[in-house]
Amino acid sequence: MAGRGEVVQLSEGERSLTAEEVVEEISKPVTLVAKVLSRFKRVPEALMPAIRQILVNEVVEKGLTEESEISIRFKELRKIADKVVKVAERAKEVLPEGIYLELLNELFRAASKVELSAEEMEEIRDDAVRTYLRALVDPGEPVGTVAAQSIAEPGTQMTLRTFHYAGVRELNVTLGLPRLIELVDARKSPETPMMEIHLDEDHKYERNDALEVARKIEMTKLETVTAAADIDLFSNQLIITLDPDMLHDKGLTREDIIKVLTKSKTLSGKVKPDPEDLNVIVIEMPKNYDIIKAQKFRDRIFRMKLKGVKGINKVIAQRRKDETTGNYYYVLITDGTNLSAVLKVDGVDPAKTKSNSIHEIESVLGIEAAREALIREIKDTLGEQGLDVDVRHIMLLADMMTRTGSLRQIGRHGIAGEKPSVLARAAFEITVKNLFDAGASGEVDSIKGVAENVIIGQVAPVGTALVELRMNPTKIKKPLSK
Amino acid sequence: MEDEKVVGGIKFGILSPEMIRNMSVTAIVTSEVYDENGLPVEGGVMDPRLGVIEPGQRCATCGNTLARCPGHFGHLELARPVIHIGFVKHIYDLMRATCRKCGRLKLPQEEIDRYLDLYNRLKDRWPQLAKSLSDYVKRKAIKASKCPHCGEPQYKIRLEKPTTFIEEGPLGRLWPNKIREWLERIPDDDLRLLGYDPEVARPEWMIITVLPIPPIAVRPSILLETGIRSEDDLTHKLVDIIRTNEKLRESINSGAPEVIVEDLWELLQYHINTYIDNEVPGVPSAKRRSGMPLRTLAQRLKGKGGRFRGNLSGKRVDFSARTVISPDPNISVNEVGVPKEVAMTLTVPVRVTSWNIDDVRRYILNGPSRYPGANYVIDPNGRRIDLRFIKDLKAIAEGLKPGYVVERHLINGDVVLFNRQPSLHRMSIMAHVVKVLPGRTFRLHLAVCPPYNADFDGDEMNLHVPQNVEARAEARTLLLVQEHMLSPRYGGPIIGGIQDFISGAYLLSSKATLLTKNQVSDLLASIGYVGGMPEPAVLSPKKAWLGKQVFSILLPKGFNFRREANISGSELKCSDEECFWDSYLVVKKGKLLLGVLDKAAIGAQKPESMLHYLIRENGNTFGREFMDKAFKMFLRFIEMRGFTMAINDIVIPKEAYNEIEQVYEESKKDVAKLIKEYEEGRLEAMPGRTREETLEINILDVLSRARDKAGEIAVKYLNPFNNVFIMAKTGARGSTLNITQMAAMLGQQSVRGQRISRGYRDRTLPHFKKGEIGPEARGFIADSFVRGLSPIEMFFHAAGGREGLVDTAVRTSQSGYMQRRLITSLLDLIVAYDGSVKSTYGELIQFKYGEDGVDPKNASFGEAVKASRIVEKHVGWKR
Repeated sequence: MAGRGEVVQLSEGERSLTAEEVVEEISKPVTLVAKVLSRFKRVPEALMPAIRQILVNEVVEKGLTEESEISIRFKELRKIADKVVKVAERAKEVLPEGIYLELLNELFRAASKVELSAEEMEEIRDDAVRTYLRALVDPGEPVGTVAAQSIAEPGTQMTLRTFHYAGVRELNVTLGLPRLIELVDARKSPETPMMEIHLDEDHKYERNDALEVARKIEMTKLETVTAAADIDLFSNQLIITLDPDMLHDKGLTREDIIKVLTKSKTLSGKVKPDPEDLNVIVIEMPKNYDIIKAQKFRDRIFRMKLKGVKGINKVIAQRRKDETTGNYYYVLITDGTNLSAVLKVDGVDPAKTKSNSIHEIESVLGIEAAREALIREIKDTLGEQGLDVDVRHIMLLADMMTRTGSLRQIGRHGIAGEKPSVLARAAFEITVKNLFDAGASGEVDSIKGVAENVIIGQVAPVGTALVELRMNPTKIKKPLSK
Repeated sequence: MEDEKVVGGIKFGILSPEMIRNMSVTAIVTSEVYDENGLPVEGGVMDPRLGVIEPGQRCATCGNTLARCPGHFGHLELARPVIHIGFVKHIYDLMRATCRKCGRLKLPQEEIDRYLDLYNRLKDRWPQLAKSLSDYVKRKAIKASKCPHCGEPQYKIRLEKPTTFIEEGPLGRLWPNKIREWLERIPDDDLRLLGYDPEVARPEWMIITVLPIPPIAVRPSILLETGIRSEDDLTHKLVDIIRTNEKLRESINSGAPEVIVEDLWELLQYHINTYIDNEVPGVPSAKRRSGMPLRTLAQRLKGKGGRFRGNLSGKRVDFSARTVISPDPNISVNEVGVPKEVAMTLTVPVRVTSWNIDDVRRYILNGPSRYPGANYVIDPNGRRIDLRFIKDLKAIAEGLKPGYVVERHLINGDVVLFNRQPSLHRMSIMAHVVKVLPGRTFRLHLAVCPPYNADFDGDEMNLHVPQNVEARAEARTLLLVQEHMLSPRYGGPIIGGIQDFISGAYLLSSKATLLTKNQVSDLLASIGYVGGMPEPAVLSPKKAWLGKQVFSILLPKGFNFRREANISGSELKCSDEECFWDSYLVVKKGKLLLGVLDKAAIGAQKPESMLHYLIRENGNTFGREFMDKAFKMFLRFIEMRGFTMAINDIVIPKEAYNEIEQVYEESKKDVAKLIKEYEEGRLEAMPGRTREETLEINILDVLSRARDKAGEIAVKYLNPFNNVFIMAKTGARGSTLNITQMAAMLGQQSVRGQRISRGYRDRTLPHFKKGEIGPEARGFIADSFVRGLSPIEMFFHAAGGREGLVDTAVRTSQSGYMQRRLITSLLDLIVAYDGSVKSTYGELIQFKYGEDGVDPKNASFGEAVKASRIVEKHVGWKR
């Protein structure tokens, strides 16, 4: 907002401040602290953000203005930080970086508030390590089954109601169980294809800028800007009266339309402006057209794309608030997807723009992007219904669906149908065909999977059955006791 | 110990005629089944050499009795070869891809060599790719119109479903014998490239010349009560085949005209088709006399009740019981109450040793009809003695020696598996410890209802008794309820306080609860507490204790915890210790100091609650004991205090109704205004919506605001500390919306997310004018449950309710199928010893499970270690 000339009125006593002044006022303590800190060479790297925050808070709350006071406080904090780092360091090798940093920060935060003894800190550090090590998966854990159950079990609790307003009232979006099924089925196109188009810095803050991009993206057909179309069989003409309001709304002129129409081979040279009425186009029809053919001709002309991106039927600009900066900005929500074309449009931020069609993402951005999109969509679908499912389950599913380099659905035309085991496939669906085909190609089922072992009546190599340690008590020479 | 035999693999193939003859014990030569005496005819389909049918007999082939004879195949020589319906597609492809003269694959030799080399390299590592290659080669070969090997021109071959092949060339109709000759010519190497294994599946074997006759054990005949024999569908079909075959052979031998022979040949083809698969499109299915289609070979394997899904993937088991469940808050969460009758039927095998022989003797002396007794004794030779028929139990008991196995009744302390369908997640089957109780239902603790999704409106559950020590050990260490308190779905407790446990916890821990010495003693006795009383919180005029103090006895000594309570919100909001409403929970050093216990503290399915950390930080056993005791205490308290819901809790005074009436009238006016605007065409459509839709959206908006306002009015007049509100606020049961609907206004009923608009032409019911779209005419209910619904309102309510029912029915089937697919797709994935995820086939799926190797069970909101909690846990008391 700042720098765009908008004036934010903030009355403080008798004074009003401009946006620039507000920013300056707020950033004063920050710059002050930064100034002081820049003098110190030895700083505890990992804890600097925390220290800085504490200092800034104290400057604001306690009104510290003297630089010397701040440096004394910093030295105190640094002492605590050194102590914390010294204790925590031993956990560094065991804990993943993220958890280690979190531990460090939490320890420091606590130590800066209350007195913590070294023993207490060590206790906390050891407990964190213990908790982490205990939280790791056990080998043999049937994570696949657990993932499948964790994703599908909440399915029974989902509403079947397909449509819901997704923030935008103007659009219906498939949600809930149908959407989840659509995702795991890896359908070619979603029932309600949708894009969330983010705009670049030049276009995201003003509604008009956003709408300008929207107009470039939204597909406009001749039909949308037509007020009336008359078939004149006598002169073999199709007379189209344009709607000036719509033309303005879509940013088109009669000349634009004529230009676009003329590009098509069948129409070149046959489209003329009406010299009398500024809003009328006259299109010459081929001779010998009867009324039915003429109507078909009209409908075909109606469907012609005048401008925009193919497949994008509707674009809606939505105002959003940036949680970190507090600024408002616009995103475009579309009905219909066409990722490859939209990404090329000027004013679009290609890094943030999303589509809900997984297949499209796969073909435009590749399989890794498709995996991410799949995870995001499944997570959002479940989350929207208020169902909490660990991402790890969803990741495993997405990995299974994308591991071959192309999207595979979950059912018989995908993962389940490509299983290496005849018996497992037969037990799932299309039993008889699988058995006959296995016979013809002399397939060998090596009974490695869970389903086959259940069928055979053996223990599947999962969980405790993974252990292949056997003891023959008769072979032990000396008895164990005594 | 016997050497364990493991099936290492199963190879599939096609039976060759020689193989069929070799494994056959007899040729089947006659369509007669039984003679005049009712005895099976030799050489018929019930030939005694095919296996034993009646108990006591010995098999004419292998000499075994019924239990041990596996049955034996016979064979039938067909007069003319017939196509195997299952391989039609393969035959079709093979003929199109190979030369009609030399039988070679219709590709130049260099190409064949190149592809074959590629194929062999792909075959083992990438079977899926090898298959694609074969398909590609096949498609390429089919295109060739001239054989590159012998130069023979090729003709198009047409397949007339199901089994008729016609060459659009000199050969014309291709009869099976012609096809067989053609297929015989295809060389082995060409077949390999096309994905066939000529060692076990020569294509000419896809044409049946000899039909194997399955053993009688596969198609047993049943004796009806009337004494009439009823044969299996397969036997019927086999008789048809043999009869047609006989006729065909006669016609050929007698030199009948070709047309007749061909007709019979086609008939034989039809019978064999339906014998193999009775559901082929285009073939009329063979019917029984009753009109029911026969259940032949393919049908036996297929589908939910088929061999695979019905008998192999899932099996029926012994040592199981099923009955109605009912609640029992007095047993442990870990336990299950088993009726004595069930306990006396289900048994556990006990191997007699010198240490347990006295106990086991006592069981035997009690016999099968006195509890706790035993039902069977198995001697070291494997002989099974049924104690029901033993007069002298004493003798058996005395003869008992180590090495015997006794199947004794189920007793307290045994582990059993407990299950409720649908088994949607692993917590649907858990191990419980048996507690034998009087009565005829299984009893379970209320806290385990959420994982089973059980209630007591007639639900039944299943119980299984593990029969060996390994199973029991696994059940105890891995499957016990207390090992499943944390859900692997989201890492929070799935077992925890529900309903009255939460109400009770809230009431007990409320600031206003002062307890007398007697009451404290009562509460402490309910959990079997032994030890001193806490110091009273109030000394004068009478000693009194706080509920918080009594509860604190259950907390571990060093426990620190803080969190907003469930009741914190709107006017009761508190986000720190300074809390007037007591809605911020603070535990320091094992003492509940501030805040009330409610769903956020002890509720099931609430991650990062007090209960969650109690379980995580103190272990499952502690967690379970805590729940056992705490819930008993809460219930004891709620019993002492009394807790009920009366009509008065939701009745509001007349003024309130007037206010609500006013709100409603205003909304009606607003709606009328909207409708008027719409009718006059003044209503502006929202972008991307029609004007009708815009109107609907606006009306819904107005009406839902009306209900909210009515709810607020009702809440204003109701006592916010009555029992109904306590339940809603603490999260025990119900919501403010429910209260609104009971006390103030039911609100808009909807079907498919829209106001109800179906029914008669232009109106929902004849009570309205045509085209009326006001609130009442479209299913808005301005009355509350307390005031009662008018007939029209009641109709709309039923319409909305019906949608809910349909929705549930549809959803269960859809999500059930999705779950089945998900599970078949993912069930082979396990964590390997190196922390990666691999399938049991050896495919690597993830380098590290979940990218960090953390079990979701131990990670709430995805975090394995919540550092702030660990700091809180140790030094939280300092703040």
